[in-house]
Amino acid sequence: MPVIDLANPTRFLNFVNRVLPWLIAATLILFVVGFYRVMNSPDDYQQGATVKIMFLHVPAAWLGMFGWGLMSVAALGTLVWRHPLADVAGKAAAPIGAAFTLICLITGSLWGRPTWGTYWVWDARLTSMLVLLLLYLGVLALYWTAEEPGRGARAAAVLSLVGAVNLPIIKFSVDWWNTLHQPASVFRMGGSSIDPALLTPLLIMTLAFTLLFLTLHLAVMRNEILRRRVRSMRLLQAQKLAEASA
Amino acid sequence: MSLGPHADFIIAAYAVPMFVIAALVAWVVLDYSAQRRILGDLEERGITRRSTRKS
Repeated sequence: MPVIDLANPTRFLNFVNRVLPWLIAATLILFVVGFYRVMNSPDDYQQGATVKIMFLHVPAAWLGMFGWGLMSVAALGTLVWRHPLADVAGKAAAPIGAAFTLICLITGSLWGRPTWGTYWVWDARLTSMLVLLLLYLGVLALYWTAEEPGRGARAAAVLSLVGAVNLPIIKFSVDWWNTLHQPASVFRMGGSSIDPALLTPLLIMTLAFTLLFLTLHLAVMRNEILRRRVRSMRLLQAQKLAEASA
Repeated sequence: MSLGPHADFIIAAYAVPMFVIAALVAWVVLDYSAQRRILGDLEERGITRRSTRKS
């Protein structure tokens, strides 16, 4: 099936129904392998066992940013090509990205207390991540409170594009400003600074969480397409009733 | 596997994401069954989409 066929919502639904069981299976397998590797990973020489929080915190941070990136690409589809599936993709990514950003902030806070001595500090990395969560909540509010879905989608698409400015700020905040948060240690010039005994389970967990994100995203997109069908059928029903009573 | 003196923080850091993800999965599953049920009800009442209506 050519990729362009997926632009049709009915064909897209058929594709999701076929692909979803395989994605769920692959996600579960990766999580089993990932948790096994996490449980058998060594403690950090400075942080001790608290380094195990990294296996949740880092993937959550990546997916919080990935979700917004996805929404920004979808926003282009909504504003430039006005494709309904682009709007569906953007709307579906928002609650999932918000959930992962929240997980990132909470796990970071729980990691910060034993290692830094504080749950929270207003440094550039933490603050820009909090701004990302607030932006997600703003987009969700636009989607959920707009009386006419099309207007809500366009406003959310504009906010998605404007908010994309925050992504490089999050990424480079640890280089641009003095922060309590450590600098980049996984993806950086000169390779990762993390020992392979910790890096391998981290990469497996990151892959597992990414597959979970994609699985949830497709499932939420399917729900949203069905919700729009319900809406159009209810409008037809109302139209029929109005014609009958006229 | 020993979690050391900060076990509470580590357990909480794993419990919170599990709760958030479980809530997300539950919302997705319940929303799917709700939309399917509503669509079924509407089709039973003879309401069909324009694209599936026979001309």
